[in-house]
Amino acid sequence: MAQIELSAIRKSFDGTDVLKGIDFRIEDGEFISLVGPSGCGKSTLLRIIAGLEPQNSGQVHIDGRPVDAIRPSARNLAMVFQSYALYPHLSTFDNIAVPLRMRRLSAIERLPLLGKLLPGRRAKERHIRADVEGIAEQLDISPLLRRKPGQLSGGQRQRVAVGRAMVREPLAFLFDEPLSNLDAKLRVHMRAELAELHRRLKATFVYVTHDQAEAMTMSSRIAVMMGGELIQAGTPAEIYNDPRDIRVAEFIGSPKINVLPGRIRKDGGLDVLGTAVKLSCQAAAGECRVGVRPERIDLGAGPFSGTVVHLENLGAEAFVHLAIEGAGLRLIARLADVRQLPAMASSITFGFAPDAVRIFDPAGKRIEIRLEQPERVREPAHV
Amino acid sequence: MSNAHPIPFRAILRHVLLIAGAALMLAPFIWMISTASKPQTEIFSSELHLIPHQFALAENLRDAFARANLLRFLLNGVIVTVSIFVLQVMVALPAAYALAKLRFRGREALFALVLFGILIPPQATAIPVFLMLHKAGLLDSYAALVLPFTISVFGIFLMRQFFKTVPDDLVDAARMDGISEFGIVWRVMLPAAIPAVTAFGIFSVVAHWNDYFWPLIVLNSEQLRTPPLAVAHFRNNEAGTSYGPLMAAAMVIIAPLVIAFLFAQRRFIEGITLTGIK
Repeated sequence: MAQIELSAIRKSFDGTDVLKGIDFRIEDGEFISLVGPSGCGKSTLLRIIAGLEPQNSGQVHIDGRPVDAIRPSARNLAMVFQSYALYPHLSTFDNIAVPLRMRRLSAIERLPLLGKLLPGRRAKERHIRADVEGIAEQLDISPLLRRKPGQLSGGQRQRVAVGRAMVREPLAFLFDEPLSNLDAKLRVHMRAELAELHRRLKATFVYVTHDQAEAMTMSSRIAVMMGGELIQAGTPAEIYNDPRDIRVAEFIGSPKINVLPGRIRKDGGLDVLGTAVKLSCQAAAGECRVGVRPERIDLGAGPFSGTVVHLENLGAEAFVHLAIEGAGLRLIARLADVRQLPAMASSITFGFAPDAVRIFDPAGKRIEIRLEQPERVREPAHV
Repeated sequence: MSNAHPIPFRAILRHVLLIAGAALMLAPFIWMISTASKPQTEIFSSELHLIPHQFALAENLRDAFARANLLRFLLNGVIVTVSIFVLQVMVALPAAYALAKLRFRGREALFALVLFGILIPPQATAIPVFLMLHKAGLLDSYAALVLPFTISVFGIFLMRQFFKTVPDDLVDAARMDGISEFGIVWRVMLPAAIPAVTAFGIFSVVAHWNDYFWPLIVLNSEQLRTPPLAVAHFRNNEAGTSYGPLMAAAMVIIAPLVIAFLFAQRRFIEGITLTGIK
């Protein structure tokens, strides 16, 4: 159980700034996902927390204790790697036992042959065996204990790697894209399993991923990173419904949020694609970008029109791709009822409720809006 | 027929060429076995024949073992080659680990020096090394045979290339598990690098078992001689070289390598393909 605090973490490699001053606090028992596109610095941040990479400046505190001068193993964190990083020459049992042997046995007791003869070693080995077998039982890998990593499937290796992390009862678990080597079906399954594991262990999880679906489904909080900066942190619902930056809005959510060109008039009103929308804001007049989630676009009624250029019918839902004449723009609308699928190349009108609109200034920062006529009750956020 | 079936013809041609090459390679060995099996009179007879009229291998072998302490020389060979290989591994693995996996200032320059070291032939440094051993009073000892070869730049290079292919995650996982940097070299990298170590071992052992030049320079005492020097022992300018026992002794000293090769043939080929040389 641990609370991790990062203050003003900076890191550069060969003159390139990878992290530009990260301040963040991870609460005890949280499942935090660090998400962002590749190269945003999320893995580097995780490695700095682990102690595998020294930061150029800034501090890491674990449970209020500075750990910057402390070796990775002494920080008592466990890490699960993307490639699982199991020792290829050791059996599953020995892989899981390594952290325990390193901690509980002295250097002499670890010697290959001589160690076995020492008096205390037997009893310690017995405890280690019991611990490893307990973990294996929890993870359902007991029948695999004698196999080598080469004889295991991807999902099994994943579990062994988690077992090696769990066995040392760490203060916190660090995951570096642990599911990205698995096939799609197994990934969805492991997602549920990891979330379940978090609920059971009640430990702090720090989870790095580029997959927004993983972050949305498992985390208690998401921290979105872009270009070496932490842009926004919040619960999945907050991040989804209330993005503070257009890059967050675009990164989270699949399909991507629709971004339409808009214009703030001098009186504070908003025009989208040349049509006035019933809301206003305090910002200075000028260009802006208007984001609307695909599921908030209402097809069949509204002031706008487009041509159907592509249909994706997923069975339970469908996505309609529209091209807007004159604007050189495409947008995607989610259709909950696939029986109402429009015909290809047909023209269709659409609109959206004013409360579905998120406005961003040209720099990408969110502009607060005021609904002119709050006729609709704000719908509860759905993820 | 050959025109109608171009593929079999090419196959035949290929095999003829291969057989010719193999015969060329094997000829000295066959001649060695043949000579070792002949009595002295037949060796010097003017007619050439491969199969001896009178089979004298046993006498020649007995003569060889009687005239020189061959077992002692074989033991010397084992002591020297094994010591060299063990020390080479003890130096090369940590060095290769540092060059492949640790980040420090000047790493690329050091690696360039390693590559440069490969270019220097051992004969070029023979005289300075000889003088150093002389000053240290180590000439004519096992140390003189072993010490100059303990740092193998080729070994460092080979292991470094192999360690580069070991994923960084594995090293990081070991660090998280609390294994020290030296522990990582011996507990994580060495087991992962067994094929490369084997390949390097083959090159090292073969080169030092067969080395004639260096032992000839640094040794005086007979009891320290390595196998190739033992063969030279049978050359005698005054009484004339006795070729029968000489060839029998040569057979004895190459036997361990040939037997080892037959046992580890697959590894040997793996090793050569791995290093991509020769």
